[in-house]
Amino acid sequence: MPTLALILVVAEEEEPNPLLPHLSELIVGSIAFALLLGFLSWKVFPVFEKTFSERRDAIEGGMERAKTAEEEAKETLAQYREQLADARHEAARLRETAREQGAAIIVEMREKAQSEAERLTEQAHQQIEADKSQALNQLRTEVGTLATVLAGRIVGESLEDDARQRRVVDRFLSELESRADSGATSAADESPKSRA
Amino acid sequence: MHRAGDGDALHLVNVAQAAGGEEFHAPGPADFEFPPLFGEGTFFTKPMLIIVLGTLAIAVLFYLASRRAALVPAKAQFIGESVYGFVRDGIVADSIGREGRKFVPLLTTMFVFIAVMNLAGIIPVLQLPASSKIAIPLFLALISWGVFNYVGIRRHGFIGYFKNMMFPPGLPKPIYLLLAPLELFSTVIIRPITLTLRLTLNMFAGHLVLLLTILGGEYLLIEKGGALAFASIVPFAFSIILTFFEAFVQVLQAYVFVLLSALYIAGALADEH
Repeated sequence: MPTLALILVVAEEEEPNPLLPHLSELIVGSIAFALLLGFLSWKVFPVFEKTFSERRDAIEGGMERAKTAEEEAKETLAQYREQLADARHEAARLRETAREQGAAIIVEMREKAQSEAERLTEQAHQQIEADKSQALNQLRTEVGTLATVLAGRIVGESLEDDARQRRVVDRFLSELESRADSGATSAADESPKSRA
Repeated sequence: MHRAGDGDALHLVNVAQAAGGEEFHAPGPADFEFPPLFGEGTFFTKPMLIIVLGTLAIAVLFYLASRRAALVPAKAQFIGESVYGFVRDGIVADSIGREGRKFVPLLTTMFVFIAVMNLAGIIPVLQLPASSKIAIPLFLALISWGVFNYVGIRRHGFIGYFKNMMFPPGLPKPIYLLLAPLELFSTVIIRPITLTLRLTLNMFAGHLVLLLTILGGEYLLIEKGGALAFASIVPFAFSIILTFFEAFVQVLQAYVFVLLSALYIAGALADEH
């Protein structure tokens, strides 16, 4: 070896050669190292490895827990969403029902109004009818009065036979009618003719 | 030199210095040689003490860091796990991938061991990177070499492993004449040598430079005295800056050693080179 040769040349004769190993040092060093390796491999390194793996487990366990929590949260969220969808559905349903009910109510009200109107009309008709009959009654009383007047006249003349009596009545009536005609419209003209 | 048994590098050098008189002796390879701590005839030297103390310190600190393991780590546990996780996720996972898991203990131990042996160079009192002694990088490189060759052979079979190594597919035939021996040489012989020398010489040179600045400052301050004593502030300041730089290099070299080992293993396991 050139390095060795160089150092051998440079070194003085009594200078020890640093590249020559001492056998005793070799032995002591090897034994010390072997014992150290054995001791550390037996007592120390397994503990470190165990701690490392336990620590990793702890971290992974934490991640596992976090994962579980996340899944739970997701599940809850899904449940909430479902509930929300149900609620929306329910609301839609209620709205629909309300609309239907509203429509039904409108129809009912309309019918009611219709019937009310009919009732009112009926009532009005009846009222008119009543008024009419009342007017007729009134007329009749008047007719009675007039009849009394007529009767006085009849009594004034001699009523020999039926024909004569009829004539008197007719005359009276026509007089009555013409009296009514004088104040009434031309439409009333027909009635005395039809009666005659 | 045999009277110095207190294990302090600087003191040792100092003693040598005093023996040398007024002349300044630049630190050299001799500063990496230590006498036995317990007197003549025993073999236990300062680098060995550093190896033993460093190994014990690593074992104890890591054990304390792992003793009360909790999901939410305490400070010690966090530091220990960070070092382990750095090799596991920062080096092995990126280079070897999933099947690199079984090399993590070896590579982590390697990283911590090298880093501590290196850092002994700037730890007060110890102040010697044990890995500047070539024996330590050498046996670590041999372990790395043994492991990557072993897993390669086990994965591809003996012939398959060397065929994979020496004959990467998709090249013109004549190239292999040149490439095959080069690949074999570089993988089997050069790799452990470069692993060893890179670490050893980085630590060796770094320690030498630190010694130079500290001893130089000391020489100016004590031996020369007078006006030059004030000039000693320059090498001392440099020694402090270089200490921080050394701390960086020491950790970086540990990282480089382990990263290369991981890459060699990854290369041996790969189906195609």
